[in-house]
Amino acid sequence: MSTTVSSSRPGNPQPGNAGKDAAAATVSAKPVGWKTPVFLAAFALIALVFFGLLAPNQTASFGISTGSDFFQLPAIQVNAFAGGLVLSILLLGLAAYAIYLKTRGKPAPGWLTVAFIVLFVAAFLIWVVGGARTPSISLAGLIAGSVTLAVPLVFGSLSGVLCERVGVVNIAIEGQLLGGAFTAAIVASMTQNPFIGLLAAAVAGAAVSMVLALFSIKYLVNQIIVGVVLNVLVSGVTGFLFSTVMQANKAQFNSPPGLDIIEIPVLSSIPVIGPILFRQSLVGYLMYIAVLVVWVGLFKTRWGLRVRAVGEHPQAADTLGINVNATRFWNVTLGGAVAGIGGSFFTLVAIDSFTKEISGGRGFIALAALIFGRWNPIGAFFAALLFGFADNLQSIVTIIGTPVPSQFMAMLPYLVTVLAVAGLVGKSRGPAASGIPYVKG
Amino acid sequence: MVRVLKLELRGITKRFGTLLANDHIDVVVEPGQIHCLLGENGAGKSTLMNVLYGLYEPSEGDILVDGRPVSFRGPGDAMEAGIGMVHQHFMLVPVFTVAENVALGAEPTKAAGFLNLDETRRRIKEISDQYGFDVDPDALVEDLPVGVQQRVEIIKALVRNAKVLILDEPTAVLTPQETDELLDIMRQLKSGGTSIVFISHKLREVKAVSDTITVIRRGKVVGTADPAASTTELASMMVGRAVSLTLDKAPAQPKEKTFEVRNLTVIAPNGQHVVDGLSFDIARGEILAVAGVQGNGQTELTEAILGLQDRVHGSILLDGQELLGRSVKEVLNAGVGFVPEDRSVDGLIGTFSIAENLILDRYDQAPFAKGISMSPARVLENAKSRIEEFDVRTPSGALAAGTLSGGNQQKVVMARELSRPLRLFIASQPTRGVDVGSIEFLHKRIVAERDQGTPVMIISTELDEVMELADRIAVLYKGKLVGVVQAGTSRDVLGLMMAGIPPEEHVQAGKAADTTSTSTSDAEGGDHV
Repeated sequence: MSTTVSSSRPGNPQPGNAGKDAAAATVSAKPVGWKTPVFLAAFALIALVFFGLLAPNQTASFGISTGSDFFQLPAIQVNAFAGGLVLSILLLGLAAYAIYLKTRGKPAPGWLTVAFIVLFVAAFLIWVVGGARTPSISLAGLIAGSVTLAVPLVFGSLSGVLCERVGVVNIAIEGQLLGGAFTAAIVASMTQNPFIGLLAAAVAGAAVSMVLALFSIKYLVNQIIVGVVLNVLVSGVTGFLFSTVMQANKAQFNSPPGLDIIEIPVLSSIPVIGPILFRQSLVGYLMYIAVLVVWVGLFKTRWGLRVRAVGEHPQAADTLGINVNATRFWNVTLGGAVAGIGGSFFTLVAIDSFTKEISGGRGFIALAALIFGRWNPIGAFFAALLFGFADNLQSIVTIIGTPVPSQFMAMLPYLVTVLAVAGLVGKSRGPAASGIPYVKG
Repeated sequence: MVRVLKLELRGITKRFGTLLANDHIDVVVEPGQIHCLLGENGAGKSTLMNVLYGLYEPSEGDILVDGRPVSFRGPGDAMEAGIGMVHQHFMLVPVFTVAENVALGAEPTKAAGFLNLDETRRRIKEISDQYGFDVDPDALVEDLPVGVQQRVEIIKALVRNAKVLILDEPTAVLTPQETDELLDIMRQLKSGGTSIVFISHKLREVKAVSDTITVIRRGKVVGTADPAASTTELASMMVGRAVSLTLDKAPAQPKEKTFEVRNLTVIAPNGQHVVDGLSFDIARGEILAVAGVQGNGQTELTEAILGLQDRVHGSILLDGQELLGRSVKEVLNAGVGFVPEDRSVDGLIGTFSIAENLILDRYDQAPFAKGISMSPARVLENAKSRIEEFDVRTPSGALAAGTLSGGNQQKVVMARELSRPLRLFIASQPTRGVDVGSIEFLHKRIVAERDQGTPVMIISTELDEVMELADRIAVLYKGKLVGVVQAGTSRDVLGLMMAGIPPEEHVQAGKAADTTSTSTSDAEGGDHV
């Protein structure tokens, strides 16, 4: 027990005078935690030592144009030592400001944390590129690659948003992604039509979700357990079919035609944003559309209001004539379809065949993105982008040959996940009824 | 808004398994009336209303609206028929705005299902202006005081053109002043043509607003009463036998002060000071009642004394010894008896027998234990004498405690806590959800403990109970002590204190309040129902 006993106590307990004592007690505001300022200060110091003082005196070069752009922007050249020093001093300044705010009893504002993260990442990039054998990377390529890697994550976290907003925890995102990837591969191979494969992926994801919905909503089985079991089940079934069916006849069952990259003329030639927004596969474009549709749907329409009410206070929704369990069932199913489409990205866009465990745990990262993005589709999108960025950075940095062992770089996405979810951005609050089955009466 | 509606319940019966919650209940709610359903907790009032509102299906019986039988498959049907309900626990989504809550389920929309909240805002403003509600459509519900949340619930019903409004124990969560305001609103709604079904067990309020009173006992209608009937008459109808509503209690003989709390602060996990710098003391042979609206730090105060809270600062002295920082076991061994506010969660283990529950705090001590073995015979023996002494109505001490009625469960908790020699007795909500007959008994036992020379602390959100038991009254508001006043302080002053206004300021405020709270504040000061 961490009870603190104050040794000082007023010496004269006067009878019947307690009212005055209370009046004299000081008004204390809600205290602000030390966590954020301490976190920031620690990271600023790390930046100062490693990215500033210990940085190589070499110039790092960041290209921002690709060959097909309208016009070429010159690459940014930064001296690693000077750049690291300047940025880490800025970081220290931000940390100091957070500490100052804390002593005044105020929390660090959101922009401060965001600015800190951006500057820290910039300092890290300069340091890591500056120390590489070929100190030059394409920034545009780095970002465009991040978006590509983020596509399944975004679909996965949107699935999570759709489920959790309605009060069902979807741990089975991984299984839905994997199921989507497998079905897309086998159906597209058999029909030789990637669009049918895409559709089949959505159906497969929805089917996995329906099992989750059925058991958690109708039979009130613990949602986490059903989710975990589903992940294992899908992994086992796809693994089995992969080795017995797909490998036996690769030409017929595991050589899906891919979805091509569709370049939108003119727009795709805008530097930096062109490749991100206008040089995507069908699945990539669907991702942008899905994020917007889910956001608008949740916050601007009748459907969304009801969905959120069911996830926050199902009883209130019930007393207003909303069918709680039906709403939950169909939303979870829809979520599964969304994740299934995300899974098709693996086999129809990224790689041209299915392999065992192709989703590689990205369903769980999507879950983290959902929490990091505070159960908001747009927040989840940017959180997924951050993870995609970390993922892409590690592969690029390994290629250009940095002094940091590649194993450490491979940890980066997961490290970012842990730090993000551990609450560097403050406490986030999910839907109140998430994970709690609704029973009438 | 002129359409009026006559509502009739004919022979409504509702069974839950073998339990008969409603037994052929007939009620007629005439248009434009305030019809009160009076009954004790657990009498079946809420079940009946949930049947009426379409949440439960009746096992038997008919609901008639304007003479035509209807059947409601869900609340949606009931609302369509012009019935609105304000539940005891509000059905509001805390993170939604007022407008979103009001719109939910009957959303005005533009094309393609897009919400049109402007339309809802307009309706809220209209109703808010008509009845003087003063509700901001864009405020988040979780930021609103309870009284305002209740108005949002009423607006929700009115927006759906409710002609009959069911209010389920609406005053349970309100301060006395807020209660007066609600009663005014009810009268206004009535004059606007809305009928009201008012569910309550508080006689004062029932008498103040009702046109007709139907008394329900154990799932049956036992009769109708005239609002002009005396509280004693109403109470005996409700309970089924004559009850004395006033407690015979000798004036306190306070001796030396043995329990002192100094600058006690309890910090909640979210960093809030839920108990903030409390200092008070209790003398032997004195009852200090802690009053206040629910959620103002009462729970944390008692938990801090017991050693159940982690982040506590200050000092708690019993017989000159510091209790803070000691384990619960040590605190109990120091002679603290504690009746927690929620007996079914913290006071009893429902699946354990009554006999076992009676020794939960002494299972490891003689005569019940010897080394590592227990003596079941002694445990049962103890139960027998306790059951008799505390008049627990049960065929056997070997039955599970969960099978007892609320009043009898509370007697078991009280019997356990009072069977040790005590140096301090704390009872939190000692009679919540307890029938009137048991209340009488429990109150007598508390006073008897005082008269034996134990300092007693009562925590109650029921002002009547506070006024009845207390020798001195401490009022908590947002974790702070508003003041400590003598017993006999008027209901008005206490009500204002419960809203955070310290006693010094009342002299002026009290005069102003006289004009607004006329009907319910004075008169029958002594009864506690």
